[in-house]
Amino acid sequence: MATTALPPQFADWFARKGWTPHPHQLDLLAAEGDSLLIAPTGGGKTLAGFLPTLVDLARAPHQGLHTLYISPLKALAADIRRNLQTPVDEIGLDIRIEDRTGDTKQSTRRRQRVDPPHILLTTPESLALLLSYPEAPNIFAGVKHIILDEIHALAESKRGDQLMLGLSRLTTLAPNARRIGLSATVEDPPALAEFMAVSANSCTVLLADPGPDPDIRILDIDTPPPWTGQGGRYAAEAVMAEIRRARTTLIFINTRAQAELFFQALWSANTDDLPIGLHHGSLSREARQRVEAAMVTGSLRAIVCTGSLDLGIDWGDVDLVIQVGAPKNVKRLVQRIGRSNHRYNAPSRALLVPANRFEVIECRAALEAVYAHALDGEPRGEGPLDVLCQHLLLTACAAPIDPDAMLQEVRRAGPYRTLSRAAFDRCLDFCATGGYALRAYDKWQRLVERDGRWHLRDPRTAQRLRMNIGTIVDIETLKVRLKGAGKPLGEVEEAFAASLISGDTFLIGGEVVRYEGLREMTVQVTRSAARKPRIAVFSGSKLSTSTVLSHRLIDIIQNPERWGGLPDHTRDWLAIQSEISQLPCRDRLLAETFWRAENAYLCLYGFAGKNAMQTLGLLLTRAMEQAGLRPLGFVSSDYALLIWGLRRVEDLAPLLEPTRLREGLGDWLAENAVMKRTFRNAATIAGLIEKNLPGQRKTGRQATFSSDILYDTLRRFDPDHLMLDITRTEAMHGMVDFERIEEMLARVGDRIDLIHAPHVTPFAAPLLLEVGKVPIKGAAEDDLLAEVAGVLQDNSLLSP
Amino acid sequence: MLDFPFHTTTLTALPSGGLWWKSERLLCVSDLHLGKSERMARRGGSLLPPYEGAETLDRLQRDVETLRPETVICLGDSFDDLAAQDGLTGAESAQLNRLIAGKRWVWVEGNHDPGPLNLPGTHLAEVSLQGLLFRHIAEATAQAEISGHFHPKKRVSARGRSITRKCFLMNAHRLILPAYGTYTGGMHVDAPPLSDLVSGGTAILVGEKLYAVPQ
Repeated sequence: MATTALPPQFADWFARKGWTPHPHQLDLLAAEGDSLLIAPTGGGKTLAGFLPTLVDLARAPHQGLHTLYISPLKALAADIRRNLQTPVDEIGLDIRIEDRTGDTKQSTRRRQRVDPPHILLTTPESLALLLSYPEAPNIFAGVKHIILDEIHALAESKRGDQLMLGLSRLTTLAPNARRIGLSATVEDPPALAEFMAVSANSCTVLLADPGPDPDIRILDIDTPPPWTGQGGRYAAEAVMAEIRRARTTLIFINTRAQAELFFQALWSANTDDLPIGLHHGSLSREARQRVEAAMVTGSLRAIVCTGSLDLGIDWGDVDLVIQVGAPKNVKRLVQRIGRSNHRYNAPSRALLVPANRFEVIECRAALEAVYAHALDGEPRGEGPLDVLCQHLLLTACAAPIDPDAMLQEVRRAGPYRTLSRAAFDRCLDFCATGGYALRAYDKWQRLVERDGRWHLRDPRTAQRLRMNIGTIVDIETLKVRLKGAGKPLGEVEEAFAASLISGDTFLIGGEVVRYEGLREMTVQVTRSAARKPRIAVFSGSKLSTSTVLSHRLIDIIQNPERWGGLPDHTRDWLAIQSEISQLPCRDRLLAETFWRAENAYLCLYGFAGKNAMQTLGLLLTRAMEQAGLRPLGFVSSDYALLIWGLRRVEDLAPLLEPTRLREGLGDWLAENAVMKRTFRNAATIAGLIEKNLPGQRKTGRQATFSSDILYDTLRRFDPDHLMLDITRTEAMHGMVDFERIEEMLARVGDRIDLIHAPHVTPFAAPLLLEVGKVPIKGAAEDDLLAEVAGVLQDNSLLSP
Repeated sequence: MLDFPFHTTTLTALPSGGLWWKSERLLCVSDLHLGKSERMARRGGSLLPPYEGAETLDRLQRDVETLRPETVICLGDSFDDLAAQDGLTGAESAQLNRLIAGKRWVWVEGNHDPGPLNLPGTHLAEVSLQGLLFRHIAEATAQAEISGHFHPKKRVSARGRSITRKCFLMNAHRLILPAYGTYTGGMHVDAPPLSDLVSGGTAILVGEKLYAVPQ
């Protein structure tokens, strides 16, 4: 009977359009209190989110801000504004809608603080900024609805934690505001509801009809995929054929470098010169906008993209999604597939293209998981403390903080529900004094206590803190420009730029360019006709294959009766593996040794994901070093770890002792670059390191120094400091991913099968070709420097 | 330690980033930037771990104990600003005073600390000794000059790996010292303004072992 909730002018509008409101749109309108709507793409989710606002504003006029809409993407905020304006005009409502993002003009932003619109569309970072102004209570006092779009995506990162803290603040300012979450399909809707709710069990979950199952297949290609690699270039011809048959195709590839290479391969196969674009996060904003605009007007037949197009504008014309390379994660695959055929109740069409032999099986496992609706997702950890530190500092920018009231408020945020008083006090102390054990900034605290409330000591601090807002910490990148023309092509990592010498060629934006030099922190290049460029290193997450998918993958491998869906070449490969060695099982750990070129190889099939397998490599080679086994190096993938050294491992169990491995984490990993990077991110978010201080990096001033120095100093003088604790906690489930190693060790127990194979086995063979080999310490920096200096010594550098 | 000839004499680059002139028993360190974290905090910036003074002084003490210099020259920017010397802890002040005691100690003036300090020792704009001239900022036309200020660093690429280290930078006319202080960044030797001052020179990379490479 929910239909009665729709006022006549809205019902008329739907009728004029020839539409019938979806049941979930009406359900959300009828619901009261915090609600989470889970609906597939194309289900009119955004309109569903705004209907309660439009209906409420149609009933009674409202002074000031009525609804706050928050989306993860700036572009989405602008796009929604345009799309929302249409029904507002057509229904004849007098509603002011504006967006406010990092791109909004300064004058507009100032005006919005004094005279806010009815509906404000913004991002989590812009909301945090608004909340840090003293006028925040005035702006937000009358807010009735808060719409959280693509909340599933925000919940996956610290941006979600920051947003929830901001919403707690907002609830203090506007106690009756209703939260409406909009999400794509997720594995655990109640957990997402808990995350976004103002208190436990207070959020209603509404599930829309998920629509028909997608039509998803693995691309049939005559040539078998290569043994190793993730690029899928062997499939370019076949993918091109599919593009020709489809109207518009979205091609997802896991990393930016692979996207560049695949784009190039696709163009060599593009004999009809079909318009095909490239889109990834390292391209210049202009380049990305050009591609997006071309997509909107329907003038492109295909786009090769990375996660950069996981969210965003709905392109109704996409009728095929192709995933090249391992899907890695079932949920993300489902969400990507959902980007095709945005007409509700029409099945999405998708193709999977495995890039190597293991991925053939992974794609099969992922396909089965999609049909079984077995979504994956790691449970969310507790709210990170670096984000809380930033929130406390920004809150102090608006008004002094009363610690008791503040703790209560923070605990109203889902991720911080169970935050201890001690942890809160530690964060507040860090914000106020730096939280150092041996020495205090008595005179120059950031926050000072007066009458039980914490004030900013120096008003200049507010300005600096506002410039540091946000939880996205980018790797330092340099802009790439064509020499002379000044046209920006994109960005590369600073470390990659540093390794270039004049004349080197690399691939960016689908073009091969030649490195000419560095000028004012810009990489100067010219166009080049070179055929074999190096691959630029871009930032971007190294996603690990999820636990759900890894388990399903082993299940297929260990059960020959399930090999039916696999191509012949893969079945043969599995059969030979079981003859020469064994097939890995879920509850056993398979390890193999073999000799090759005078080295003893050890291969371990842990299936714990890329990050964990790399960490296991670091820890296990350390244990081998101690046991006198002389390891020389290792290489890891999502599935396996291959170590080579001078002596053969005869007894593996003692080396894999969990206590022994955990010991290694303490001192050995502490020196690792992964930890230093984790520290840098946490310290930047918490406000210990300032990012984008204007002009500082540009001029290369000698005042800026590496965060590694701070990390080393803290480790030496203050090893229990909050920032180091945060770093260790993050690394455990982040890039170090020790949790997955423990999961694997618990899964296999003492059931370790060590097979001495006569030669390299079919499963180990791909790893021999894998890139990213890690040499064991000692062969590191000093040797390299000695090599360079040794050659140069002949030039008698030091003679007068 | 790495010995190298400079003008009429032989100098030694130390792993700490200091310079040792054995025949004169002289230790020279540049750009200690003591009180850096204090200064940032005072101006409303980040509260950095306030241990860089202790770390820098510990390193200086180890150099002094190993080499037993008769003369120590601090080549400018010893303090991050003139107020920073008041920010030293009691322990740091005592440690510094112990180091100074019994030596000829010269504070050369830098752009960060352009006035007299409340510490024992001589305060000078520049020092001339045995034909070598010690000053904070290099001058384009100078000869046999030893200076600091620029915090030179050098990037070396080998087998696809890039390593950046603080370094000494020199040619026939001048030697520029790396920053000795813990919280100090650097300027690349192959970019202006350093490449304008010194070209075709040699960089000595600082670390447990020292390596000489072309600028």
